[in-house]
Amino acid sequence: MTAQVDVKQVNQGIFIAMIRRDMTAAFRHPSDLINPLIFFVVVVTLFPLAVTPESDFLREIAPGVLWVSALLATLLSLDMLFQSDFQDGTLEQMILSPQPLYASILAKVFTHWLLSGLPLTLLSPLLAMMLFLSADGTQALMLTLLLGTPVLSFIGAIGSALTVGLRKTGLLLSLLVLPLYIPVLIFASGAVQAAIAGLPIVGHLALLGALLALAVVLAPVAISTALRISLSG
Amino acid sequence: MWRWFHKLGSPKWFYAISGRWLPWVAVASILLLVVGTVWALLFAPADYQQGNSYRIIYIHVPAAFLAQSVYVMMAVAGAIGLIWKMKLADVMAKCCAPIGASFTFLALVTGAVWGKPTWGAWWVWDARLTSMLVLLFLYLGVVALQSAFTDRNQAARASALLSLVGLVNIPIIKYSVEWWNTLHQPASLTLTEKPAMPADMWVPLLIMVAGFYCFFTVVLLMRARVELLDRERRTGWVKDIIKAK
Repeated sequence: MTAQVDVKQVNQGIFIAMIRRDMTAAFRHPSDLINPLIFFVVVVTLFPLAVTPESDFLREIAPGVLWVSALLATLLSLDMLFQSDFQDGTLEQMILSPQPLYASILAKVFTHWLLSGLPLTLLSPLLAMMLFLSADGTQALMLTLLLGTPVLSFIGAIGSALTVGLRKTGLLLSLLVLPLYIPVLIFASGAVQAAIAGLPIVGHLALLGALLALAVVLAPVAISTALRISLSG
Repeated sequence: MWRWFHKLGSPKWFYAISGRWLPWVAVASILLLVVGTVWALLFAPADYQQGNSYRIIYIHVPAAFLAQSVYVMMAVAGAIGLIWKMKLADVMAKCCAPIGASFTFLALVTGAVWGKPTWGAWWVWDARLTSMLVLLFLYLGVVALQSAFTDRNQAARASALLSLVGLVNIPIIKYSVEWWNTLHQPASLTLTEKPAMPADMWVPLLIMVAGFYCFFTVVLLMRARVELLDRERRTGWVKDIIKAK
């Protein structure tokens, strides 16, 4: 019985220590944190310029535009997950250490979400307003981003772990990860569209929550295997 | 059973036995494809609604069958390679990817050709078409990852993991896309129900499906044999083969 408690405490210790370490490292390079957000804003701005500034039309495409832009911004931020740790050898130590890899990976992905998905969620109402999204729609957008962006972080981390040892990763990573993002995109933008139409969105949110639960359980296993493969070369 | 499994893992043994099988499977695939095509195009009755344009299903349905089952096969071979570090499974998984991608592409193209006279458009954003397109993307991702590594072992393990992740995702993608939009008719052939079309229509279809599977086996064996020779070029048995020629 006591051994079980110990394991739990050790896991918690690693989890918190990893988050603290990753946060500190990330805040030393603030531009890496801000660039994906700027990218998000710029991409959303392109749509009214490319299509039409008409408010009725923008309102209609807003859920899709905002979600696709958020997805691309997350994709660009995946670099900061493992790249620098791989280069300075931290990742190797993480794998070699007697502590469970599961906990440290969970902490890394969670930190990534705190630094990319959460700011995107907080920034989204501003852009939703610029695209004339209704109040109900904005609320649904924030809820779906809150549930959906962690899934994006988890799935993206699998791709990032698979490609971390390669030289040119950007394009390959998007090729691997984007098809896997499709379900999140469908349920999330579907929820926002339902909210605009005045329909209940609980079903969509439940499905997003189910995807998140599945990702939390399964993705770290895949990520740790992928990291071991990448570091074996 | 286990001895057989271990024997199958030996490249030399596989090369020898596949060389003996290959002509038989090739003959079977040619026979099945010729009989199936002639029956399907000349003797099967025309559809009362679609006329003769429905006949493309004799290519489309087998290609779609193969597209999905090759992915599963690739993922299973990848898993065997990951768990038991079996060289032959790595080779199989690697050879499956481009073949599966081609079948997916064929299914999409024949679907477009059939869609033009029937639905009036080359492409519609229907659930099954879209999930097939996503399947093609998944295949292309595996192929791209496979070629990104210089180390063969690493390439095999990385793409095996990616295909397993894809395998978990395929049902999720399928259902998400289905709830999103659907226009395509449900599957025409299922294992559990009696087909809704007359025997003259579905028997040639079954023959074509069997022919496609045989054809796939032939292509897979040919690719795997070349890949094996390339990988094992420094071993004694390959040198013996080269000397004998």
